Amino acid sequence: MVGNDGWARPWELQGNHRREGSKRIPSGCAIAGMINRKGRTMSGVDAIQSIALMHDRSNGLGGGFAAYGIYPEFPEHYAFHLFFDDHKAREQTESFLNQHFNIELGGPIPTRKVVGISGAPLIWRYFAKPKLEQLRVAEMKEDDFVVNMVMFINERLDGAYVFSSGKNMGAFKGVGYPEDIGEFYRLDEYRGYIWTAHGRFPTNTPGWWGGAHPFTLLDLSVVHNGEISSYGANRRFLEMFGYRCTLQTDTEVMTYIFDLLLRRQGLPLETAVKAVAAPFWSTIARMPQAQREVLTAIRTVYSSLLVNGPFSIVLGSSQGIMALNDRVKLRPLVAATKGDLLYVASEESAIREICPKPERVWSPRGGEPVIGMLEDAMPKAVPAPPVTVCHL
Amino acid sequence: MSLSMATPAFLIERNLDRCIHCQVCVRQCANEAHGYDHEEQRVYSDDMRCVNCHRCVVLCPTRALSVRQFPLEFRANANWTAEVIHNIYLQAATGGILLTGMGNDRPYPIYWDHMLINASQVTNPSIDPLREPMELKTFLGRKPEKIVIENGRLKEALPPQLELELPVMFSAMSFGSISLNAMKSLALAAEAEGTYYNTGEGGLHKDLYPLGHRTIVQVASGRFGVHPDYLAAGAAIEIKIGQGAKPGIGGHLPGEKVGREVSETRMIPEGTDALSPAPHHDIYSIEDLRQLIYSLKEATNYSKPVSVKIAAVHNVAAIASGIARAGADIIAIDGYRGGTGATPLRTRDHVGIPIEFALAAVDSRLRDEGIRNQVSLVVAGSIRHSADIVKAVALGADAVYIGSAALIALGCHMCQKCYTGKCNWGIATQDPNLTKRLNPEIGAKRAANLLKAWKHEIKEMLGGMGINALESLRGNRLMLRGIGLTDRELNILGIKAAGE
Repeated sequence: MVGNDGWARPWELQGNHRREGSKRIPSGCAIAGMINRKGRTMSGVDAIQSIALMHDRSNGLGGGFAAYGIYPEFPEHYAFHLFFDDHKAREQTESFLNQHFNIELGGPIPTRKVVGISGAPLIWRYFAKPKLEQLRVAEMKEDDFVVNMVMFINERLDGAYVFSSGKNMGAFKGVGYPEDIGEFYRLDEYRGYIWTAHGRFPTNTPGWWGGAHPFTLLDLSVVHNGEISSYGANRRFLEMFGYRCTLQTDTEVMTYIFDLLLRRQGLPLETAVKAVAAPFWSTIARMPQAQREVLTAIRTVYSSLLVNGPFSIVLGSSQGIMALNDRVKLRPLVAATKGDLLYVASEESAIREICPKPERVWSPRGGEPVIGMLEDAMPKAVPAPPVTVCHL
Repeated sequence: MSLSMATPAFLIERNLDRCIHCQVCVRQCANEAHGYDHEEQRVYSDDMRCVNCHRCVVLCPTRALSVRQFPLEFRANANWTAEVIHNIYLQAATGGILLTGMGNDRPYPIYWDHMLINASQVTNPSIDPLREPMELKTFLGRKPEKIVIENGRLKEALPPQLELELPVMFSAMSFGSISLNAMKSLALAAEAEGTYYNTGEGGLHKDLYPLGHRTIVQVASGRFGVHPDYLAAGAAIEIKIGQGAKPGIGGHLPGEKVGREVSETRMIPEGTDALSPAPHHDIYSIEDLRQLIYSLKEATNYSKPVSVKIAAVHNVAAIASGIARAGADIIAIDGYRGGTGATPLRTRDHVGIPIEFALAAVDSRLRDEGIRNQVSLVVAGSIRHSADIVKAVALGADAVYIGSAALIALGCHMCQKCYTGKCNWGIATQDPNLTKRLNPEIGAKRAANLLKAWKHEIKEMLGGMGINALESLRGNRLMLRGIGLTDRELNILGIKAAGE
């Protein structure tokens, strides 16, 4: 194992250093998310405190955060967060990045020493824009180009892993309890208008930091609690659209489903939700004709994207958050509002910990999304996923 | 005329303490294995004529009858078995092709029985279908890559789909090969359970037009009974290229089975042989198939999905890919165990490949090419019970066809003598004295019961896996593990070994 300074620290070597993805590891979890719909930013302290209360829902083998609005000084640059096994991998990756991107700024992500966090890889960050000539050569839209580059690094460049690639947002994650991870990444020093958090309880012992949540692609992030019984069906459908699910985790699949439906196919968020957590046929049969036709089409065309089995997720994007349960609600999910703030979490206590007197607290029904979008069109970093709904 | 070397295949055992010589067996046996000696006023049997269909055994009021293998044995020889020797005697005597009915009965490995299904424990909950909704609804037909919604409405309607309440349909069996009462039984059962039956290549009898919306009308190489009204009557059209019991060869319905009704339905003269050519003589290549697919779509104004049925042969994955690209909405694949009314024995037993491999290979190939969602996959060829269906869906099938299982529900006893036209159960015959033994309403009830029972069982297994909609099982090969399979077999099936 190599420290952030690049010196080997053999005493920190852990049992399993293989990347996740060699086998499938089901996990239980804690999730939390919050948004200020006016776009006012808050520090990471609340998110840490909220997820810390649900300590017992994770087991110290993974924790992480996603935060939006944290890099206002680089709103148009892709903020790449990377794990490197060693400096050789870093140099190789940097030369690759330099070939395809103009890097405005790069360097290690600041961390502090925390008891309980060990075995960290090299953690670096780069603010970059694709080179125009490279876009021309590739004949791709910018977002597709970036996705391809991220996939290439993660699959082909040994010892390098991009774990965050959006604009004006970032994921911070690793092996440890989430509150320790937050401390480690000095998240108290960041301010964002959206925070999501995750504590992981894997039923195996993955030692790799990249396997922690959130999982992100461009500015989409997913924290997830559950074990998807439809994983094999979802994954094989996504593979037809060029996605490669190398981590074998549910979160990865969930992210790709939303990337496909929202970004690539341009469906409204509501439609994507109906594909993932479809209403039952008996419910559809009672709908008015036009709606019935739409729902029948969604379930027919996207039947392989129905996510079956227990899950609760918080989907983050630069425009807002969406929390969702599986359609029979086999995992806990609670939502609450106070003023401009929307909170979601696995447990109500995690919300009351940081917002003792919410105006409204409710437990959303299975398959019923809780959507919190920014009120004004913020200066948008990424061509926004065409979300059209504001449900609060 | 040389000496016949035939010996009985079965031994009829009559318990004379029980037999009351009532002649039920005599009247029931179309093969005339039982007779009545008026002088002696007693019933007797001729083992040579017995096909072991159990009709007499089941109907004997005093339970006096039983049938078993004829005990005569040759000198033990693992290579020259009794069956091989008997078939040589038969061919030496007749100079003909050996005929048989139903599906391949050789002891090849049954891969369904080498796959095991998953269930949830702790990390995710199993679902109880008696308490929670459990959905088996399945749509067969071409799916677009995406949908477009404008102002809350679909911008473009979906291509035509078959809507199934459970992923099981009745396989193609023609009027001629089976009786009208058998067809009616299946049609009514399909109507009752929300699925479809298939005309086979024999046309659609006028009595069945009211159930056209439950009918898949077949267009085969003989084009029997194909006319505009026929195409318009069906819910879908299936082009039959081949079937699992006789890949690569045509069909032959002997003239004695072509009575008035069959003749009218097939649009051929009464008493003439109905010969189906081995290939369609307007399809010598894939581009020809495309023309037929689109001719049929044009003829029906693109209002019905078009299916193409092929036998599972060695190169099935590439063929299926071509069929998908030729514009088929559904691909039906029939494995080497698929049944039939009549087929050359050697073809049935030695041509084609297992449906399990064919299905896995086709599903994988279509996914590799990114076109799996454009077509529906229906598999056939000995689906014996609900667990076979669950495994088929997990390997990648949208639905299955059942033929033999449906006929067994109607009373078939698998004697494999369908080609003789003397089916004592009234199924594979056109003899009015025999067909009247099958009451279509009772038959429909039994076939529907089978579907109902399987539906319950599929739901139990789905719930056990923590899945409450069938589509989440489709192609979900993680739900399967192999047992007693080689690495290569596991690889083709795309599943892990038990314990992995």
